[in-house]
Parts: sequence; C-alpha cells; structure tokens
Amino acid sequence: MSTRISRDDLARRIAADIPEGSYVNLGIGAPTLVANFLPVDQEIILHTENGLLGMGSAPDAAHVDPDLINAGKQPVTALPGAAYFHHADSFGMMRGGHLDVCVLGAFQVSETGDLANWSTGAPGAIPAVGGAMDLAIGAKSVYVMTDLLAKDGSSKLVASCTYPLTGVGCVSRIYTDHGIFDVTADGLAVREAFGENTVASLAELTGLVLADATGADLTEGNR
Amino acid sequence: MIDKTVPDGAAAVADIPEGATILIGGFGRAGQPVELIDALIAHGAGGLTVVNNNAGNGDTGLAALLDRGLVRKIICSFPRQHDSWVFDRLYRAGEIELELVPQGNLAERIRAAGAGIGAFFTPTGVGTQLAEGKETRTIDGRDYVLEYPIRADFALISGLRADRWGNVVYRETARNFGPIMASAATTTIVQVDEVVPLGGIDPETVVTPGIFVDRVVAVGERAWLQGGAFVGGVDVEGRPHGDATAEVDQ
Repeated sequence: MSTRISRDDLARRIAADIPEGSYVNLGIGAPTLVANFLPVDQEIILHTENGLLGMGSAPDAAHVDPDLINAGKQPVTALPGAAYFHHADSFGMMRGGHLDVCVLGAFQVSETGDLANWSTGAPGAIPAVGGAMDLAIGAKSVYVMTDLLAKDGSSKLVASCTYPLTGVGCVSRIYTDHGIFDVTADGLAVREAFGENTVASLAELTGLVLADATGADLTEGNR
Repeated sequence: MIDKTVPDGAAAVADIPEGATILIGGFGRAGQPVELIDALIAHGAGGLTVVNNNAGNGDTGLAALLDRGLVRKIICSFPRQHDSWVFDRLYRAGEIELELVPQGNLAERIRAAGAGIGAFFTPTGVGTQLAEGKETRTIDGRDYVLEYPIRADFALISGLRADRWGNVVYRETARNFGPIMASAATTTIVQVDEVVPLGGIDPETVVTPGIFVDRVVAVGERAWLQGGAFVGGVDVEGRPHGDATAEVDQ
C-alpha cells in the first residue's frame, strides 16, 4: 500500500467515470492520458478546440497529416463519424454547455471550485491562456486531474487560490494522486481516498476541512 | 464577370498599408497562409497589428513576419509555445505589444465583427485578470463580461480550394479561424491549393461563401497531397521525412 497512485492509474480512474455517449474535451498535458484508457467497446466522442469532434489516436509516421492536429498541435486522426467546424462553433460548443465533461490540469483549486491553471503570475513570464478559460466555464462537468501536492510539497487544494484565476466556482470534481474530491456547496468532500490515505490524513495534507463522502454511490451525478 | 483570382501573393497584398490591422488564419501551423505571409514580408508594410491564435512557430510564416520587425502589436490567445522563440525574444525586449484574449472570446469577437454585432456578454474570463476593467452584467443569475468585436482591414487565410467567385472549402482542422476571419475584414485574401471552375465546388459543401472573399490566390498543392489525395511523407510541421533541418537551414 502507498499513499499515491500513478498518473496512468489516475487517468484510468477518470476514464472509468466517463459514461458512454459523452462529449469530452481533454486538456493539454496529463489529461490527454485519459484517452488511452477510454473503453474501446464504448462510444465516447472527443472534442478538440481547434475544430474536430470524433478525434482518434495519434497516427503512425506515414500518416501524419499537418492539417489534422489537436489542441496541443500534435498529429491526430479523425474517426468515422467525425466532424470538422470553425473556431466560433468549437467554442460555442464549450460556452453553450454542449460538452458533457472536460478534464483539465491545475496549479490550484479552491474549496469553492475556483480554478487556477493558466498562469503562475511569475514576473517576466509570458502569459498564454488558450482555451482554458472557455473550457473551465463551459462543460457540464469540469474535472481536474492533478497531483495533490505541488513540487514544493504545498497542497494544490486551497482555501483560496493565490495564482491568477482561470474560472470562478467552475470545478466539479478533483482527481488527485491521493484521492478524489467533490466540490460541494459546503466545501470539498472526499469521494475516494486512495491506498493508505484517509479523510483525516487528506485534511491534514491540505489544511482544509473535508467532508467524508467516501460512502457515497460513485455512479451518482455530481453537482 | 466576377473574377476574384489574382496572379500571385505579391499582387494580393500589394495595397496593404503601414499600420494595417490584419487577421491571419491558422492554429499553430495548421491553416497558416504561409505564402501570403511571405508576400507580406516582401511587401514590407510595417507597424502592423496582427490577430492570430498564436504568435508564430519556428522561423517561418508568422514568426518570420514578427522577426522582420513588421508587427507592432499582436492579439492572440496562446503566444508561448515550445517553438515561439521569435515572439519570446521580441516580447522580452519590449519590441511587441501583446493583447491576450481567451481563445473563445477571440473567436467570438472576430465572428461578431463579421456578423455586425456591436458587443456581446460572455461568461468566459469573468472574475479573472483578463476581464479586469471590463463592464460586467448579471443575467439570469450568471455573471458575464462585455467584449467588443475585432474588425480588421485585411484577412489572410488559407483554404483547400476556391472558385473565381470566392467560395472556399477547407481541409480538416486547418479550417479553424478561416471562416470567421473571412467575414471580419474589409478585404479578405484567401490562398488555396487550386482554383476550380464555377460549379466545381458542391454548393452544399461551401464553408465560406464568396460574399466574404475579395481575392483568391492559387499557391499549388500542399506537400502531403497528390491530386487531392493524402500521400503523407511529412512530419507535423509539413517537412518531408528525413529533412528535419530544412527550416533551420533557411
């Protein structure tokens, strides 16, 4: 037993929570790993902000097509049934609440569901936001995939974000390497504690008051 | 007779003045109108304001335009990339102004300009640094921020095929900003692989109707197509396999 699960195991865990028929956007970085674990016998449609629904996996070198890329500007494929569209339509799909799930990385998430994931605000850093703010406020369920602790050991789950915000009160659920947290009207609730973690140990790590929802039905919809 | 075709990129961009605002299509390299940008570099008009999702990749296309010092200001969502060294240098030296816009607001501001919308309330960016100083309103219990259209003097975009009336079809995710940018500029210039006769594009499949297009330039087939069919043989940057130093050597 340990207190952390691997990034692949976390991606597998998130993939298991995405129901068949969902329209899903996976953010740049670790969230793209989730695609590797979506069940092949189910139809889950991936959206990429640069104008494609029905995104497939990466092609082999012979089939790399510079016109067919994902949000991270990596080569991808289009599945049978895919659709292309322009940028205003693509972001209308987000902002208009048509996406069921998006999975995003995070620098910090507050106990009220504020997300900070686009800028550390460091002096001299070149800012870049991309589609992060649109995704954060647009999808019906906004999942964050992240390590619980930053490299310096501090908790990424905080009472109030100190990094510049991406969106206010927008996060539904946080999947971390230590456990899964739901954002509720009363703060964060531990839905699942991995390995030797407990609600009490997670409360100690985060310095937050955490409700115990570990007995809740995991198939139940979130807020 | 209406014939929007022009002989080459130089003719297409010849009247772009100093200080123009130009929408440039593309998402990274996909859909970037590189031949038109090269013509713009040769044309030499400076003090430009450029609108693009990014701020150039590598040393070609938009990055080359920046590198020549022709761009005063860039409006984009994601300038910082692994290969944006030209922009990074100019920005750190204080030689280019940046207006950072969330990508969906960027797209909608361009769309709004083309559609004659005076301004719009959007939920994207509410409560963040990128909405500071902007008018907000609560509508049906949700907070929105007021954003204004981005209109331009010129749009440079890239399609797959067009006819002489300016009807355009695109290819895959290279479509991206093309259709909305085409509608939002006083003069829209489209580069395509080939110009086909009227009727050569099924009206059901036209993505950008010719009313939004002023000039069409045929630049020849992209390297990874042959007779319209995908043949590949390139990396994601469009360089032939085994030719990884091509860009560096330029």
